[in-house]
Amino acid sequence: MSVLSIDNLSGGYGEADILHGISLEINAGEIVVVIGPNGAGKSTAMKAVFGLLRLSGGSVHLAGEEITNMDPAEVVNKGVCYVPQTNNVFPTLTVHENLEMGAYIRKDDFRPRLAEIYEMFPPLAEKKKQAAGELSGGQRQMVAMGKALMLEPTLLMLDEPTAGLSPIYRNEIFQIVRQINDSGVPILMVEQNAKQSLAVASRGYVLVDGQNRTTGKGTDLLNDPEIAKMFLGG
Amino acid sequence: MDSAQAYGYMLYFVSLMTMGGIYAIMCLGLNIQWGFTGLFNAGIAGFFAIGAYVTAILTTAASTSHLGGYDLPVAIGLISAMAVTAVIAWLVGLLCIRLRSDYLAIATIGIGEIFRLILKNEIWATNGARGIAKIPLPFESLNEPWNKIGFMMLVLVIVTVFYFLIERARLAPWGRLMTAIRENEYSARAAGKNVERVRIEAFVCGSVLMGLAGGLMAHYIKFIGPGATEPLTTTFLVWVMLIAGGSGNNRGAILGAFLLWAIWSFTEVLTGRLPAELAVKAAYFRIFLIGLLLQIVLQRYAGGILPERRPSLNIKA
Amino acid sequence: MIPRSQKCFWADNNFKMDFINFYLIPGLVLGSIYALGAIGVSLVFGILRFANFAHGELMLIGAYITYSLMVFTGLHPLMVLPIAMLFTSLVAVGIDHTFYKPFRASKSTIVIVASFGIALMARSAVQIIWGVDTFSYSSGRIQMPMILFDTLRLSHKHVWIVCCSVALMAVIHLILTRTRTGKAMRAMSDSAELARLTGIKTENVVKATWVLGASLATAAGVFLGWDSHLHSMMGFYMLLPMFAAAILGGIGQPYGAMVGGLVVGLAEELSAYPWIGDSPLLSPAYKAGVAFALMIIMLIWRPSGLFKGRVF
Ligand SMILES: Nc1ncnc2c1ncn2[C@@H]1O[C@H](COP(=O)(O)OP(=O)(O)OP(=O)(O)O)[C@@H](O)[C@H]1O
Ligand SMILES: [Mg+2]
Repeated sequence: MSVLSIDNLSGGYGEADILHGISLEINAGEIVVVIGPNGAGKSTAMKAVFGLLRLSGGSVHLAGEEITNMDPAEVVNKGVCYVPQTNNVFPTLTVHENLEMGAYIRKDDFRPRLAEIYEMFPPLAEKKKQAAGELSGGQRQMVAMGKALMLEPTLLMLDEPTAGLSPIYRNEIFQIVRQINDSGVPILMVEQNAKQSLAVASRGYVLVDGQNRTTGKGTDLLNDPEIAKMFLGG
Repeated sequence: MDSAQAYGYMLYFVSLMTMGGIYAIMCLGLNIQWGFTGLFNAGIAGFFAIGAYVTAILTTAASTSHLGGYDLPVAIGLISAMAVTAVIAWLVGLLCIRLRSDYLAIATIGIGEIFRLILKNEIWATNGARGIAKIPLPFESLNEPWNKIGFMMLVLVIVTVFYFLIERARLAPWGRLMTAIRENEYSARAAGKNVERVRIEAFVCGSVLMGLAGGLMAHYIKFIGPGATEPLTTTFLVWVMLIAGGSGNNRGAILGAFLLWAIWSFTEVLTGRLPAELAVKAAYFRIFLIGLLLQIVLQRYAGGILPERRPSLNIKA
Repeated sequence: MIPRSQKCFWADNNFKMDFINFYLIPGLVLGSIYALGAIGVSLVFGILRFANFAHGELMLIGAYITYSLMVFTGLHPLMVLPIAMLFTSLVAVGIDHTFYKPFRASKSTIVIVASFGIALMARSAVQIIWGVDTFSYSSGRIQMPMILFDTLRLSHKHVWIVCCSVALMAVIHLILTRTRTGKAMRAMSDSAELARLTGIKTENVVKATWVLGASLATAAGVFLGWDSHLHSMMGFYMLLPMFAAAILGGIGQPYGAMVGGLVVGLAEELSAYPWIGDSPLLSPAYKAGVAFALMIIMLIWRPSGLFKGRVF
């Protein structure tokens, strides 16, 4: 049984649909990468999982259970963590408070986890008391990642986690992603950085204009000349 | 039913139509502001009061207790009422129109309050709390009931004329642009439209109608004072009329005004029969019920009785 | 009040004391009251994203409930204040659930219309239940002011009002920065969508917001009633200064609202001081206009408030 399956999903923000029957599937232990041109609807598809969209058709299942249109807080409670592409930190809260909010639904002692996150992202430890809105773009991205990782998720969804990061941190993020995945957590990731992401991916999806274009094993997509032309600069 | 009773009912009907008509004019004004353009005016009573005072000062006979007393014809009084309201609304518009709708609502409440303070405290001009009395009623030379009927006809004619004018404006590019701004300010801006100017125009036009209604009311009840209308109740009543009748629909605005005024007036007659002590409480109970009516309409019948029918939304037109 | 004609016989120092006793201290008292109300306005605006026109009526309801509790128990209003806060919070949560919740996903302007209606409904409910007569908490007992340094006159109630207000603001600060729910409130004020994606039950945060807002409003209403008297229009008269304070401080920012409240309160009282010549700078009849003028100036000059902040 797949961890998350999106079947034939349509919907949008206003009256017009942006997704026109998208299907995605993530199986246990996989890293699935979604790529596609700007405005293809990748972020929109992510949000649909959390019921942040007006859906006009299709369904979303989490481990066999239907979660279509479920309240986002409920979906988080089921162990799905999501780092949105934009507005992914609380700007007036301090870095520390942002991480605490990440653990909002945890009832147990999360201090050990907090220490681990600070270890993962040393710049955050230095800026603990600073408002997240005052950080650099890359640092903010780290806060967003750290915040999501405060829960030990059953499924991690990342929307362009490496956008705006310097190569060192980009590699770091990919390493963390692999590390988390090695511990058994499946990951669904939207990435612009097709080469690097498809290299770590078990499978990849290409979305164009709110529809599935191609899917396949990560390495196969990397070698697909059409994809190469679209995303990898020839 | 004897003839005296029938005569009484007839007079009551005439007063119902007159007051309903005056409210209909305000309601049309609010419809331009809120219904078409999405401007939140919570200071209706302020513009109403300006119109009332202007015409009162101009048309009353000479008096030492307040400014003016120029004994001018009613028509000049009413036209000046509209002109003065227009100027003040334009100034207010310049100051406030760029504000987000929440802020505009607060600002207009404040402006209404300032007007009230001025009318109450500038005794040399307004005779303060005692107000201005003996405002002439047009057609006064006619006998009862014809003077009342004449005034009713005047009000109804004004309602009709403005209905047709506003209806034309609504379908014209000007009206369509207003709706476009209400629906999506940014794309209207992007299409190179001067959003501020259109908003100020809408605000001024709507306020002018409120000033005119104030002027008519002053002539009708022949008296105006800061307490003649409870400002918040007047403002609120006009809002409920528009929302219940159908915001964005001129016919709805008129229907809502007459309907709500009839309800308001009937319940007043009913509660008037209660013992004095209860009657006071019943008056507040009426306000409570009108408030509840608004909530029910907002939640269940958001479009009102006659919902808005939109002309094609084409901002480039 | 010291008769003006005597002024010339007085030493300079007494001019100063006159200023402090009759303008500065009342300004601080009024400012504290406005601040308490404005914090609530700001919290509601930040978290629910609409200007609550019925906030003054929460003060009204709180003040009258306190009055009834005082009559019923025979205790001092300050003693029954916590219970009144509880009742008013229930009223606020009830109003939210019945009248505001259906519009959570709609444009905020619809909720403003609804809150406008609620303001009138709440006020008429108070008028039905308690009538339109004015009430007083102190029932005629007049306490002599404390006189410090010979000339500084402090009335006991003013000291109490300012101290309690400061204490309440400190409590609010602790709630917002130290508790899970308080932090969630600030988070939701930053971004409601991200709060939901973080697993925060936003409806609970909304309830907490109303409880805080209504409790502060109750305190503000009681202090105002204590300072003068209770009447059914007090809520409406508070609306403008409260919003002015909230906007001055940057709407949506509770800390700004505290400062904004003080500024508006002081400005209202000090505007009546004879700064130039012998007559008040601004006739006290226009006091209510001061708050409004401040608000308009702010909205035009710096809509984000005195402190850097967001514009909604
Ligand atoms: N909140 C929103 N309201 C209305 N339309 C939106 C909203 N967010 C996105 N859209 C529209 O939905 C379409 C898809 O946007 P989406 O963000 O899903 O693209 P994307 O594939 O994530 O692009 P990118 O690679 O730039 O992140 C775009 O045309 C965009 O204009
Ligand atoms: Mg995206």
